Amino acid sequence: MSEEFKIEIVNPEKSFLSKEDVTEVVVPAFEGEMGILKDHISIISFLKPGIIKIFSKSGEEHYYVGDGIVEFKNNNLSVLTSSIFDIKDFDKDKINELLQQAEAHSSNSEITDQDKYLVDQKIDVLKTLN
Amino acid sequence: MATLDDLKKRIASVKSTQKITKAMKMVAAAKLRRAQENAEKGRPYCEKMNNIILNLSSGISDKENTPKLLSGTGEEKVHLCIVLTSDRGLCGGFNSNIIKKAKAYFKKISEEEKTLKIITVGSKGYDQLKRVYKDNIVEKISFKDSKTINYLDAEKVGKLIIENFEKKEFDICTIFYNKFKNVITQIPQEQQIIPLKNSEADGNSSDDNYEFEPDEDEILSILLPKNISTQIFKAMLENSASEQGSRMSAMDSATRNAGEMVDKLTIEYNRSRQAAITKELIEIISGAESL
Repeated sequence: MSEEFKIEIVNPEKSFLSKEDVTEVVVPAFEGEMGILKDHISIISFLKPGIIKIFSKSGEEHYYVGDGIVEFKNNNLSVLTSSIFDIKDFDKDKINELLQQAEAHSSNSEITDQDKYLVDQKIDVLKTLN
Repeated sequence: MATLDDLKKRIASVKSTQKITKAMKMVAAAKLRRAQENAEKGRPYCEKMNNIILNLSSGISDKENTPKLLSGTGEEKVHLCIVLTSDRGLCGGFNSNIIKKAKAYFKKISEEEKTLKIITVGSKGYDQLKRVYKDNIVEKISFKDSKTINYLDAEKVGKLIIENFEKKEFDICTIFYNKFKNVITQIPQEQQIIPLKNSEADGNSSDDNYEFEPDEDEILSILLPKNISTQIFKAMLENSASEQGSRMSAMDSATRNAGEMVDKLTIEYNRSRQAAITKELIEIISGAESL
């Protein structure tokens, strides 16, 4: 029996990635990292800033996401996100730019606790990439 | 009758107008292709979002505490209308069609004696509405500076709407835009986004049991505002494709009309030239005869 399922990552501008031969996906869900294999129960969850890891026959791919929603249903994994980057194309300047934005946002005094948590997460992730 | 010189000048001026409209048509055609591509690429995101929300809202157990964005405020007194138009003119009936649709809706609201608030996106819509509905327009937004439609712009509009909703400024929100069908057909649309209408609910989604993380309410409360921005983004994409399509066909017919006009003027020019020559000949001949 095949252990593969389908993943589709879309952002508002276009369909970012679509693969049919994925064996495992690890997403940075709201309450911790979550690995998804074939025949996982239907689930809807949010993403916090982090790395999506996609394992397939052809290898392993890493993507950085800033936010998003994941839906898994009938062996279809949909990821909706407005900010996603391939780690391979992620250069230092871009990281620093995002990092600065996040830090500016974090130091804003009117920020809510939840936002603060997310932004701090973002800073952590970006720092490890840097 | 106009003199030969006048006719010549007119022909020249119509010809140069034709050149302009032809160039505009070319530009619109190139832009249309891009806009259309963008609109098509943007669709999956929006559809997915819609599906997730439909699945969520059908799975809600506690009907009493559904977020207000989904269920509405329970009143229908204040209507907010977002009218999306273009920033540039010369695109045929594109803007007028949206405005016409919107005005019909405004009329219905004022007949029911409800309060009307308008936000215009794009300067052309504001220009057309300000004469009659000046007092109703609460905000005008224009994205003249951004060359392409991007999600951030849509998010700005979305945030503005949500802020106003939380301040209880309105009960029902409707957006007006042109849906792109093909180059010659654009359909003006009105779409209610707050409270969300479940018109497209399909039966097969309800029997699935989803696991939620965090719980449903929290997901919904984050997802719904996002959905507003997404809907607006979709409307903006559709609108920009429609605008270019509309402009292209308008400029195409303008070019054709200019061609016809040049033909007509050329015939008139030739006729009067011929008439002048004949007249001169007659004068010479009759002069020679009288000798």
